[in-house]
Amino acid sequence: MEMTEDIRAAVLKYVKAEYLEDDDQEINCDTALISGGIVDSFSMVSLKRFLENKYKIQIPDDKATPEAFDSVNKITALVESFAGGKV
Amino acid sequence: MAFTNAVREYYQKDLDALRGAGIFKVERFIHSAQAADIEVEFPAGSEAKKVINMCANNYLGLSSHPEVIKAAHTGLDARGYGMSSVRFICGTQDIHKQLERRMTEFLGTEDTILFPSCMDANAGVFEAILDDSDVMISDRLVHASIVDGIRLCKAQRDTFKHCNMEHLEEKLKLHSDKRLMVVITDGVFSMDGDTAPLDKMVSLCEQYGAMLFVDDSHSTGFIGKTGRGTHEKYGVVGKIDIITTTFGKALGGASGGCVSGRREIVELCRQKARPYLFSNTIAPVVVSGVLRVLDLLSQGTGLRDKLEKNAAYWRKGLTEAGFVLKNGDTPIVPVMLFNAKLAQDFSRDLFDEGIYAIGFFFPVVPKGQARIRTQLSAAHETHHLDKALAAFIKVGKKYGILGRTKEEIAAMYGL
Repeated sequence: MEMTEDIRAAVLKYVKAEYLEDDDQEINCDTALISGGIVDSFSMVSLKRFLENKYKIQIPDDKATPEAFDSVNKITALVESFAGGKV
Repeated sequence: MAFTNAVREYYQKDLDALRGAGIFKVERFIHSAQAADIEVEFPAGSEAKKVINMCANNYLGLSSHPEVIKAAHTGLDARGYGMSSVRFICGTQDIHKQLERRMTEFLGTEDTILFPSCMDANAGVFEAILDDSDVMISDRLVHASIVDGIRLCKAQRDTFKHCNMEHLEEKLKLHSDKRLMVVITDGVFSMDGDTAPLDKMVSLCEQYGAMLFVDDSHSTGFIGKTGRGTHEKYGVVGKIDIITTTFGKALGGASGGCVSGRREIVELCRQKARPYLFSNTIAPVVVSGVLRVLDLLSQGTGLRDKLEKNAAYWRKGLTEAGFVLKNGDTPIVPVMLFNAKLAQDFSRDLFDEGIYAIGFFFPVVPKGQARIRTQLSAAHETHHLDKALAAFIKVGKKYGILGRTKEEIAAMYGL
């Protein structure tokens, strides 16, 4: 069972590697990813696929909204809600 | 439903929000033909002012070229003003087919289909050739019209970091189970002025069995030794599966675009691409002008050579003056100011000095990357560039940014 902290760290690591360019500023778990222009809607697809593969969950399209993916903390909460708190 | 006061208020709030966010666009009215020297009314109602244009896509200076204007007149007399029909009913003239053949020859492809604009070409092509078994993998900085085309298509979507070939390769591996893969990029990126490494992209696409799509709107006519485009620069003519480009920039600057590439793809566009099927094609007068442009370009490389020389001269002058530029070797030279308000103020002050160049900021470019985008033209003479450079230096001094790094400018004005 992964703890919230572990999920958060894994998501943050993925987001940094996948979306940040070398000269981008640092982000934290509350940084606005989509409304802040760091992740665009097309690029969200790879994030969704990463979460589904890593945590063996299915996130329906109507739940994979820009709002739900807008920060590492929100993504962590989404993952936990689909994994019933047990990942 | 009537356009009630409530509806009007709703839209007014939308407009106010744009104004409040500082992203409300105001048009400047030009009282002359498009050229290096233009007369601009700004703000609206003021007397038109003579300025040097540093922000047009008039790369080869052909927008008002006498030969092109003459050809347009001839075309107007010979083939009329409008077609009053889409292509497949009674909207195809001999000169439309002639232009398609000439573009195929110019770009070194198998076939070409005209569209009312390159925006339409990009909006129509993906939906015509892909479905949900396929994937589109696009550079994260592709033009908005490509983004719209991707949205209209049912194929799966993914992106790779700007011009990052390692990241692209990861994505090609990830999606190797899909029926068809299309890698999508601009040839020259319009906001940064850099080029996609098409030689490496062709190799990767060949290795992983993907098609390659290139929007060469900011390249056709002047990038590469004979101006064929980014594929010529990188030595991959004949290896790009789909090229889209425009007649609205270097090739006379009027309007219209095309999809050029593999024969079957072009034919599918002719059968299925909705902007082609349900809209009139390019007007005869414009077709005649573009045909003359292609004649001029086949006579020699003088215009694209002059443009290259102008771009190098301009870039060197700005660099020596101490501006921060985006790296590149194209006629798009972004002067980085990083702060959105600074970019707006800088543009306004340049206008006062007789130089017309526009500030770009979020959401057009990423936050903290505001800039003045300058664009060179073969219509610029050295005296134009020297006057523009003197104005940039004067305004740069006013804001104390000459010789400053990004970090120093950010510390002064914020990001």
